[in-house]
Amino acid sequence: MSSSKSSSGQHQLRVGDSPLVKGLLIGITLLLTAILLVVPLIAIFQQAFVEGAAHYFNSLVEADTLHAIGLTLVVAALTVPINLVFGVMLAWAVTRFEFPGRKILMTLMDIPFAVSPVVAGLLYLLLYGNNGWIGSWLYDQDIQLMFAWPGIVMVTVFVTCPFVARELIPLMQQQGREDEEAAVILGASGWQLFRRVTLPNIKWALIYGVILTNARAVGEFGAVSVVSGNIRGETNTLPLHVQLQYEDYQAAAAFASASLLAMIALLTLLLKAFIEWRQERSLKIEAEKERQVTQ
Amino acid sequence: MATHLSAADTRPRHKRVLPGLSLSLGTSLLFISLILLLPMTGLVMQSVDMGWDRYWQVISDERVVASYKVTLWAALIASVFNGFFGLLLAWVLVRYDFPGRRILDALVDLPFALPTAVAGITLATLYAQNGWYGEILESLGLKVAYTPWGIVLAMAFTSIPFVVRTVQPVLEELSPEEEEAGMTLGASDWSVFRRVIFPALWPALMTGIALSFTRSLGEFGAVIFIAGNMPYVSEITSLMIFVSLQEFDFPAASAIASVVLMASLVLLFAINIWQARYLRRLHGRS
Repeated sequence: MSSSKSSSGQHQLRVGDSPLVKGLLIGITLLLTAILLVVPLIAIFQQAFVEGAAHYFNSLVEADTLHAIGLTLVVAALTVPINLVFGVMLAWAVTRFEFPGRKILMTLMDIPFAVSPVVAGLLYLLLYGNNGWIGSWLYDQDIQLMFAWPGIVMVTVFVTCPFVARELIPLMQQQGREDEEAAVILGASGWQLFRRVTLPNIKWALIYGVILTNARAVGEFGAVSVVSGNIRGETNTLPLHVQLQYEDYQAAAAFASASLLAMIALLTLLLKAFIEWRQERSLKIEAEKERQVTQ
Repeated sequence: MATHLSAADTRPRHKRVLPGLSLSLGTSLLFISLILLLPMTGLVMQSVDMGWDRYWQVISDERVVASYKVTLWAALIASVFNGFFGLLLAWVLVRYDFPGRRILDALVDLPFALPTAVAGITLATLYAQNGWYGEILESLGLKVAYTPWGIVLAMAFTSIPFVVRTVQPVLEELSPEEEEAGMTLGASDWSVFRRVIFPALWPALMTGIALSFTRSLGEFGAVIFIAGNMPYVSEITSLMIFVSLQEFDFPAASAIASVVLMASLVLLFAINIWQARYLRRLHGRS
């Protein structure tokens, strides 16, 4: 964005700068975005309130819906810290050290993005279900993971594990290791090093990674629906509850539940925009400082 | 899917002073083995157990083959559409300043942030016969919901951000000199775009389309609500796995899943190798 502005100051024409082309392209884009993204977003809330506000709030405080909301929050609360620790560890390993197999490790990390969530759920069901080689042993110990909340947490961890690492790796590579090496030479311990030097540098990327992990953990559908068993009021997360209500011809109730998930999505987008604005601002301040120093 | 190739790969080797190699690498390897690799063993064992004849019979079943075709075609159309739409969005976001640009930029990520089941019921409601869009389409004699076009729509919706987010940074970095030279020499917008800008963009565009395609192949939540799920017509492959599971036919589910898994792993490795090569070329030039 900065490059386009610096050149427009010199009144140099670039491709697509004529008012006709510009207006046409912006117009088409806004029209398509309205049709494809904005109207569906409005429709969620319109459908949720189609039978009135009273119906909306009543359907949200139904026992099964409340249970689904609670379970979804528990799943996210367990998934996010696990993947936060993993993401930081992996990013530290691949950006601060060189070792054979580094690239393979990064490709492996991407597997959950490429694999269909239904396949992900099936993998866990085959291994930990009562017929699986671990599951049958667990069955003898009277431990049930599948068709229960632990299974839901396990597949959610699988599906969301790349997000934190993927936000951190490009940033940590770009920042390099000089600051940290200096701290070590000055005698910082491992924990001090991480908390005082690394963490302040990666703070925003880390927060963004957590937000993305949370958004996906709250909304995961395919993988969870394979391992949940869909027991109403027991193993139904909010997205599964949306499906159940929708297929029960309780469309307004389904959209009421969906509107909660849509609000989390909107909050995610808002936080993302805020973080990007913060980062841009801190970059600008730094550039300004450098300019003053050189003058 | 990796965009993490950069300076660290070309830097001369340091003497190791930073702590935590064994801790961080150990944790990462343990996690990846337990969470990602161990679960695959169940699938391999189940598939091996069933024997080749039965395996082949399941994966070449007529209804399953029909689902491969529907899934592949729908994903292809959806990702090509997103190639055009994503390029347009990236262009407008990078090149022009207009009121609402920041909101548009934030909205692009909506399909990633919105749970797929929510997208599914919303699209199904909008495009159903009595929905806002469905009524208009009906009067034109078109039907989208509960046909294969509904699958295309759901796949396109859920993968909109990929092309935008891969093309956007490349477009921002593009230096204006060559472009301005072409314009000054009197070449038309279109020919400068075709000769100067597009060649610089297309590796990123292809990556975005490939990511969008991979995501579309695996999409489930958004699709099943709007697809109608008619055998031989609008069943996607993920649904075939799901149906087999509901019939407690674990071997069949595993066999179909192994095909899907291999296809997505091949795509993932291909995209990563392709990205590594094209990024190296970019670094070589600069």
